[in-house]
Parts: sequence; structure tokens; C-alpha cells
Amino acid sequence: MISDKKVIKVENLTKRFGSFIAVNDISFEVGEGEIFGFLGANGAGKTTAIKMLTGLLLPSSGEATVAGFDAFRQSEKIKKNIGYMSQRFSLYEDLTIAENIRLYGGIYGLSNKHIKEQTNILLTKMKLIDYKNSLIASLPLGWRQKLAFAVAMFHDPKIVFLDEPTGGVDPITRRQFWDMIYEAVSEGKTIFVTTHYMDEAEYCDRVSIMVDGKIAAIDTPSKLKQQFNVKSINDVFVRLARPNMALNQ
Amino acid sequence: MYTFIQFVKKEFLHIFRDYRTLLVLFGMPPVQLLIFGYAVRTEVNDANIAIYDRSKDYISCEISQKLLSSQYFKLTNYISNESEIEAGFRQGKYKVVVCFAPEFSKQLERTGNADVQFLIDASDPNISNLLYGYISSIIADYQNTKINKLSKAGWMVTPQIKMLYNPEMKSVYMFVPGLLALILMLVSALMTSIAITKEKETGTMEVLLVSPLKPSIIIIGKVIPYTLLALLNAFSVLALGVYVFGVPFKGSFILLLFETLIYLGTALSLGIMISTFAKTQQVALMVSLAGLLLPTTLLSGFIFPTENMPLPLQFISNFIPAKWYLIITRNIMLKGLGFSYIRNETLILISMMVFFLIVSMKKFKIRLD
Repeated sequence: MISDKKVIKVENLTKRFGSFIAVNDISFEVGEGEIFGFLGANGAGKTTAIKMLTGLLLPSSGEATVAGFDAFRQSEKIKKNIGYMSQRFSLYEDLTIAENIRLYGGIYGLSNKHIKEQTNILLTKMKLIDYKNSLIASLPLGWRQKLAFAVAMFHDPKIVFLDEPTGGVDPITRRQFWDMIYEAVSEGKTIFVTTHYMDEAEYCDRVSIMVDGKIAAIDTPSKLKQQFNVKSINDVFVRLARPNMALNQ
Repeated sequence: MYTFIQFVKKEFLHIFRDYRTLLVLFGMPPVQLLIFGYAVRTEVNDANIAIYDRSKDYISCEISQKLLSSQYFKLTNYISNESEIEAGFRQGKYKVVVCFAPEFSKQLERTGNADVQFLIDASDPNISNLLYGYISSIIADYQNTKINKLSKAGWMVTPQIKMLYNPEMKSVYMFVPGLLALILMLVSALMTSIAITKEKETGTMEVLLVSPLKPSIIIIGKVIPYTLLALLNAFSVLALGVYVFGVPFKGSFILLLFETLIYLGTALSLGIMISTFAKTQQVALMVSLAGLLLPTTLLSGFIFPTENMPLPLQFISNFIPAKWYLIITRNIMLKGLGFSYIRNETLILISMMVFFLIVSMKKFKIRLD
């Protein structure tokens, strides 16, 4: 499934805020069709890294290309080719499902006809067609998150960035959410996901773990477990992110 | 463009879904107009006065002296020609002109009765009403103490008072321009600042910023619906004022529209600036209420004349956009003046707008970096 073609290339990427270095000299590549887990404790620099890759922040130094476009000079082109779903809820609660899809479709320049057709196909597939004209505020949280993910992919982007997409969602919905991720990957999309749930990290093709602005480890989950000689990614994470705590155990 | 229209459409949906706010926005102005009515009384010190004395005899001089020695009036100049009077009023040099007919005291001696004419600028009815009261009592006092003491009983000096620009001194004449200024400020600055911070607070702003939409387009898209709402609101107050309360509209409607758009621009850029500082809707609301609503109501000259405030407050009032818009609307609506008379006020509003926009752009960039 994962091709040799790299859709994200990052080399020595650094971001400074004054004297504080949020992201310190990180390098990695993500292949087309890969599920790339981007882990790290709060404040490790994950969000800053994602902001640079999605064209929200200008990097201080280093190199980064996303979907073949340069993060320094072509952030507008990057934006057209990626989807983004944040940890915070991204749909408008006072609009209906159809209106939300219509808005985001419109923002990405899709035609009226295309939006209408795709909306029906998508909602039928998600078994939400009866709720097409319901306000988002009236839907349960799990549905909303799945819908937000579908909306983030509505314009058929090459890469989808998911920033803690399953925060506060029940285990069953989380499982369904990951089914959607697998389906997206099977259609050739690349998924770049951050999460705090270590069981989810096991679902990724590869994971990187950020500690204090640097990438402390990067590999497939099984190899990482092997390397650190532990049973789960959770243990690997604790080892790296909280070395003192790991020693005490 | 298609993208932009979709975005603006969504903004309208937000507004119409929140029908409570909509009700307040459209219900409040007419209710305010009706309630404010004739409620507020104020006091004026050192009103500018000019004297047009064609007789220059001892009684006319004494009356002049008495007027000037009171705390209420301050002499600006003596007028020597009748044609100067109108020009001075238009330039706002003085609020009152006293006119003594030739041979004032001779007429008094001959007939026992003489008229002294007072012309008062009544485009601000509160002030003119007070001035009217002061003048009447000063003349009555002069009558009692001076003339009667000279044992020339039977002599009568009668003040003839003419109110210019707002002859019936209706308060509603003052409230319509004031309400226009207040509503436009409230709807545009307060509502835009809240609408923008709402997107920041809920996280949708992040998604919009990641999308191909340019930040400037996002801001413009959010501002346009409120501009239209504010204009609609302004017209309803204007129509209510003109057709229900009979407020005169002497000047050019096009000019008023033009000035209103400039003032709207100032208010909107102020709202954008607030939203770049405020992180949550609550902060935006508090800042807008404390920083906009109160000063606009109290310090703009809407209710209380700025001329009469202590110096520090007078100084602060200069930074309130509504003050300048108020002067502009009163000049256009009540006095029917053209652009050359309100050029300075217009320039002040434009420079405020430019300042707010520059600050917001700087701040917006810092936030993104």
C-alpha cells in the first residue's frame, strides 16, 4: 500500500519563538498511502510542527515540502492539497450537515453540482442521509467527529492532517473512526495523525515520538517495541518522554 | 468569487439562526429612540456668544456686560455687519448672537419698550434650551435691579429669541443622529468583534486558516453581512426619525450615505482590531461594551454636550469616532451643510480607520507567526 513516493519531506526543520526553540532540527519523510503517527507529550512541539506543515506558520530554518510544494514559499498551494481536522471541533453547530459540507466544498472551490451529488453519496454511505438537514448541535459527539473527518476529506486532498481527532470520543466510535482512516488510506490518501491514545499509535504504519522539540524515535510500532524491549508503544512513549518516571518503575 | 459568496452566505446563516440577537439588533434602536425621548437635562457654561450692537449706547452696553459677566457666556467677537451672522453660525464660531436695534435706549426712553433679539443655534436642542433659560433670567434680572432702581418704572426690555436650525427644539432631532452613531458603532464593531472571536474560540478559525481562503478574505467575508445589517438599521432609524418624528433632512442624502460608509468603515476596523486582541467572545463583549458603548453614549455629545465636560474628558472625547460622526450628521441633516463644512471631521474618521487597520494587520501577523 505504501509507495516509495514521499509526499512529506522534512529536513532540519526548526522553529524559534524569540529565544525559545519549539521545534529543533527535525527530519523525517512520509510515504504516499502511509498512516504516520506523530506522538509527543503536551508542549513537545507537535502543534508547532503541524502548523508549519499546513502552511499556518513560517518555519525559521530547514526545509519542508508537502505534497510536492515548498512550505516556505508555496503555502497557498499546500493548503489546496491537504485536509485538516483539529482537536477542537471544526464544524459550525448552528448550521445543518448539508450547509457545513456546502460551505467547506465552496471554500475549496468545488462546483455546486459536484457538492450536491457528493453530499448525497457521502451521507448515504455514512447512514446520515436522514439527518442531512439537522443542525450539527443536535448530533452526538461521535457522529460529529466522523462527519468532521469526512468534511476534511470532501475536496479529495492528497494528505489529511488529523490533530488529536478522537479526543473525548468513546472507544466504539474511536474504532469506527479508525475504520474510516483505513478506508481513506486504501483510496491512496496519506494520513498524518497526532494522538494521546497509545493503542491508536499501534494502528499506525510508522510513528515518531517528539521530546522537547526533537524527534527522539521514529520507526514502525513493532520495531520500536523491539528496540526498547518493551511490550507496548505506551512503554516506549513513557521511556522517552518521562525517562525519570520509567526508571522509577 | 464563488468561494467568497459561499462564505458570506454562511455568515448570514449564523446571523439568522441566532434570532434572539437579531431581535435585539433590530428591536433595540426604535425602542431606544422612543425611550430616550426628552429625558436628559444638562447645563452649559461659557457658551460662545457674539454681539451685534447697532446702537452702542449705555443700556445696550450694560446688557451686554451683564450677559458676559455671567458664567454662562463667553464673548467671541463683535459683529459689525448683519451678513456675518449666518457664516459664524455655520462655522460653529458661536451658539448665540445678541442683536440690538439702532437707537436702542432712545426707543426705550421714548416708548418705554425695546426689543433685544437673540439668535440661538438650536441644532443641539439641549444646549439651546438652556441658553434660552439663561438669557431670559439675565434679562429679567437686569430689568428688576437696574431699570426699576433708576426709578424709570414702566420701561420694558423684552428678549426676542429666535431658535435657528431646530425652531421647536425637539430632543428627537438630537437623538436621531446620536442613535445613528450609536447603532452603527454597536452593530458593526461589537458584532464583528464577537463574530470573529467566536470562530477563534470554537476552533473553526483554524480550519479556515488552513483552507486556501486568504485571511483578508475571511475577515472581509465576516464583515460584509454586518455592514449590510448596520446600514439597514441606520435607514430604519432615519426613516422613523424623519417620518414619525418629523426630523428635518435638509442636506444631501448621498453625502450622508457617503459619510455613513466612512464611519462604518471606522467602526468595523475597530471591531476587527478588538478581535485581534481578544481571545474569547466574552473578552470581546466586555471590551466592546466598556470601550465602545459607554463612551459612545456618554462622551460623544450624544446626550451630554462635550463643550461642557472637564478638560480631560473633552480630550478623551476627541478619540471617539461617534463624536465626529455626530457633528457630521447634525450638520448635514439639521443645517443642510455641504462637504466643505465637514471635511475635517471626515478626515479625522478616515485617519482613525487607517490607524485601526494598521494595528490589526500588525497584530494579526504576529499572531500567525
